[in-house]
This record gives sequence, C-alpha cells and structure tokens, in this order.
Amino acid sequence: MSMDMDITLTVNGEAVSERVEARKTLVDFVREDLGLTGSHVGCEHGVCGACTMRVDGVIVRGCLMLAVQCDGAVVETIEGLSDSGEVADLQAAFEQRNALQCGYCTPGMLTAAQELLQQAQANNAVPSREEIREHISGNYCRCTGYHAIVDAVESVAQERSKARAGAQS
Amino acid sequence: MKPAPFAYKKVRALDEAIALMGENLDARLLAGGQSLMATLNMRLSAPNLLIDINGIGGLDGIARNGDTIEIGALTRHVQAERSDTIARYAPLIARAMPFIGHAAIRNRGTLGGSIAFADPAAELPACLLALDGEVTAQGPKGKRSIRTSDYFKGLYETALGPQEILTAIRLPAADGNTRTGFAELARRHGDYAIVGLAASARADGKGLKDVRLAYFGVGNTPLRATKSEAALAGGDVDAAVAALDLDPHDDIQASAAVKKHLAGVLLRRVAAQLMERQP
Ligand SMILES: Cc1cc2nc3c(=O)[nH]c(=O)nc-3n(C[C@H](O)[C@H](O)[C@H](O)COP(=O)(O)OP(=O)(O)OC[C@H]3O[C@@H](n4cnc5c(N)ncnc54)[C@H](O)[C@@H]3O)c2cc1C
Ligand code: FES
Ligand code: FES
Repeated sequence: MSMDMDITLTVNGEAVSERVEARKTLVDFVREDLGLTGSHVGCEHGVCGACTMRVDGVIVRGCLMLAVQCDGAVVETIEGLSDSGEVADLQAAFEQRNALQCGYCTPGMLTAAQELLQQAQANNAVPSREEIREHISGNYCRCTGYHAIVDAVESVAQERSKARAGAQS
Repeated sequence: MKPAPFAYKKVRALDEAIALMGENLDARLLAGGQSLMATLNMRLSAPNLLIDINGIGGLDGIARNGDTIEIGALTRHVQAERSDTIARYAPLIARAMPFIGHAAIRNRGTLGGSIAFADPAAELPACLLALDGEVTAQGPKGKRSIRTSDYFKGLYETALGPQEILTAIRLPAADGNTRTGFAELARRHGDYAIVGLAASARADGKGLKDVRLAYFGVGNTPLRATKSEAALAGGDVDAAVAALDLDPHDDIQASAAVKKHLAGVLLRRVAAQLMERQP
C-alpha cells in the first residue's frame, strides 16, 4: 500500500488538490504544503491547542488529525476566519484588552472561542465566565494569565447578544 | 515529533477492517485519533498501516432497546454529551462527559476508542464497570459480547483480540430507582484524573442497594471498592471510607498516600450524590 495519497479538500473556501504523505498531520499540511502558518504547532500531542482549526464546522486539533483524513472535508484555519471577518470583533477585543502578548496561542484561542460564541448564538445565550474558561481549557497561554482572554471573549459575547436583541426588536 | 511512515486505508465495512487486520498484524485501527495520534507523534508506536474506521456506517448512534442503552463505538464524546437519551437513561455517562478532555478533543474522540484504549485514568471505562455494562465486538470468528468484569485485563490491556473491533457498549437503562454519582480530581479541567470515582446504585426505601463503586487513576484498570460498597449500602459513609482498600502507586500526578486520601474525599462526595433523589 502506498505511503502517499492524493487528496482533494476545501481550505478557507478554496478547492485544494495535493499529494501528501499518509503520516502528515493536518496542521503540518496547511503550514508546509499550503503556506498557511497561522495555525501553530506546539506540543504535537493534543495538549496545548495551538493547532486548533475547524474541520467540517467543528474545532479539532490539527496535530491529531491526518491530512489524508480530510479528503473531501471543509477545513477552515485562522486565515479563513480572519479574512472573512467572522472573528473581526474578537480580534479587536483581544487587542483592546491585551489578551495576547507573544501571540503564539492566539489563533487557537480565537478559533476555540468562536465555537463557543457560535453555540451561544444558536442557543440565544451568553456564556458565563466559567463556560468560557471551560471551552478554552484546552488552549494553553504562556503569557497572559488568561484573565484578559476571558475578559475579551466575555465582552464579545455580550456585544453579540446585544446585537442579536437589537436585530430582533 | 512526527509519526514514522505508515500506509493509510479508509474502510467502509467491518469485514474489510477485520480482513485487513488479518493480513497486517502490525496495523492499528484509527477512530477519533485523540489517543492514537499522540502516541504516533511521539513514536511510542509505529504501525505500518492505519485502518481508518470513521467511514464505517452504522457504528455511531445511541439507542434504547427496552431496558438496554446501546452506544455505537464511533459515537463521538460530543454526541453523547448532548444526547437526551444519554441524559435520561444513562445519567452516569452524562455526569462523566464534561470531564473528558476539552471541546476540541470531544468533537473527535469516540466512546469506543476510549473503552478500547482503556487508559487507567479515563472516565468511561470506570463508568462501564460501575454500570456493569457490556462490550460488543466483532472479529474473524464473528460477534460476541464481553461482560465488563471480564473485559479490563491490565494496563491498556483488554479482552479484545488482535483482530477484534469493538462495535458498541451496552448499559442497563436507568429507571426511577437508579442512583448515580461521579467525581474526579484533576489539576486542569479536562485533564486525565489524579483520582476519580464513578458509582451506581439502586434506591431501596430510604437506603441504597446494589452499590457499585468504580475508581479510576488508582491502578492498572478501573477498580471496584467492594468492601466500601457494602458499607455504603448499610448507610454508613464513615465506614465506607474506612473500608477503602485501594493500593495505588505513586505516579507523576500524585503520591500513593495523596491518592488514597483523595479517594476518601471523593467517596464522601459521591455518596452524597447517590443519596439524593434523582430525576
Ligand atoms: C489533551 C487530551 C486530553 C484528554 N483527556 C482525556 C480525559 O480526561 N479522559 C479521557 O477519558 N480521555 C481523554 N483523552 C483521550 C480521548 O478521550 C480519546 O478520544 C479516547 O481515549 C480515545 O478515543 P479515540 O476515538 O480518539 O481513539 P483513537 O485514538 O483513534 O484510538 C485509541 C486506541 O484504541 C483503538 N481503537 C479505537 N477504536 C477502536 C474500536 N472500535 N475497536 C478496537 N480498537 C479501537 C485504536 O487502535 C488505538 O489503539 C484526552 C486526549 C487528549 C489529546
Ligand atoms: S500542537 Fe496540537 S495541541 Fe499542541
Ligand atoms: S500570548 Fe503568548 S502564549 Fe498566549
């Protein structure tokens, strides 16, 4: 059986066809083969969350999935979330509240936080600080001490909830 | 680190996977990958072939058949976490779910993978033992079911044969008299437990009967504390704590003495949950 395989997938809205080694992880694939270096590689065993990205609509560890498993999948990285404007308010809040210093964890943090905010949107709820902490519990930050990150996510949760209420009335 | 080279095959049927395992004794099954991929990246294992079972239809799903709940092996943690059937008929699993890893891990990890991997500090194997559940498996010789008491054999070692695939777990469906309790201690939310306890019992008048206490993180497999079960059924929590006869080893998380102490702390918490009237 071959160690290389052809895959076709959608990455940030664009169709991509590549030949990859079966052993190549998704995060190495997007960084090395596609040049999308916003997703970071920290621990390579699922613990730090630096490689968090979206596959078929849910967040995953890019280091714990193989690129070949994503044949036919829809992959979104921080570049996609950023370019589409989907996380623009989160990014602004991170900047305003000093929720990043070195920025190594930030793409993963934004991607994880955005999933929680989307779930809150679907349930028309505002996540509590505990829920925010729980949802980003799998993302390590070595700089900020987390409080500023929780503040930033909480402020966006409240703003989006207000915007929803405004849109309904 | 990066995994050593391997070939990859996505299969569509159980038979296909079983046949491939027969031809390739060095192959490994890939389910959620949330344990396996980490071991490959660290080169703790280097199989020559990964058999991806995620494309096999009908292996995920949660169903109630009379007084049994059946959970397909490929059911992802997040599905179980959000399932109304689990909340109502397998409340112990519902209690345990939020403690398993983090959101991104639960989006991919499977219940079957967790029971097959049998990490000694994992929640679900202990839940299965506390509920006296069953594992169903399929291999070259056909299908069989395995009682939990015969399933966990040793450290990461189960009764599954080298060519067998875990297809589902079966649990008794909870009814009005079912009581469950769950608690664990970990350094960071979502990490594997330092010590944990999953428990089930039946209400018996004002007391309890059929108490089953399954500890995890204190030995090579989940372990029952049978002497404490009897004491708890008699209504004596202090005696139940005194009767704990666990023999944990020191590990990177805590010393044996600390683990023993924490086991008692958890027993008091779980006993309180078991005594509560539950919906
Ligand atoms: C950061 C992090 C934290 C975690 N924290 C926890 C935690 O707190 N508690 C916890 O319980 N787990 C935790 N996990 C592990 C997670 O729950 C895994 O999903 C689970 O242990 C394995 O399931 P999987 O589907 O990912 O299996 P895989 O990783 O795909 O497989 C694991 C092993 O089981 C075998 N296998 C898989 N499916 C089958 C099957 N159907 N039949 C036979 N063999 C099979 C594979 O060949 C492999 O050897 C954590 C993981 C990470 C990365
Ligand atoms: S690099 Fe993937 S979780 Fe750390
Ligand atoms: S900002 Fe440096 S790791 Fe989070």
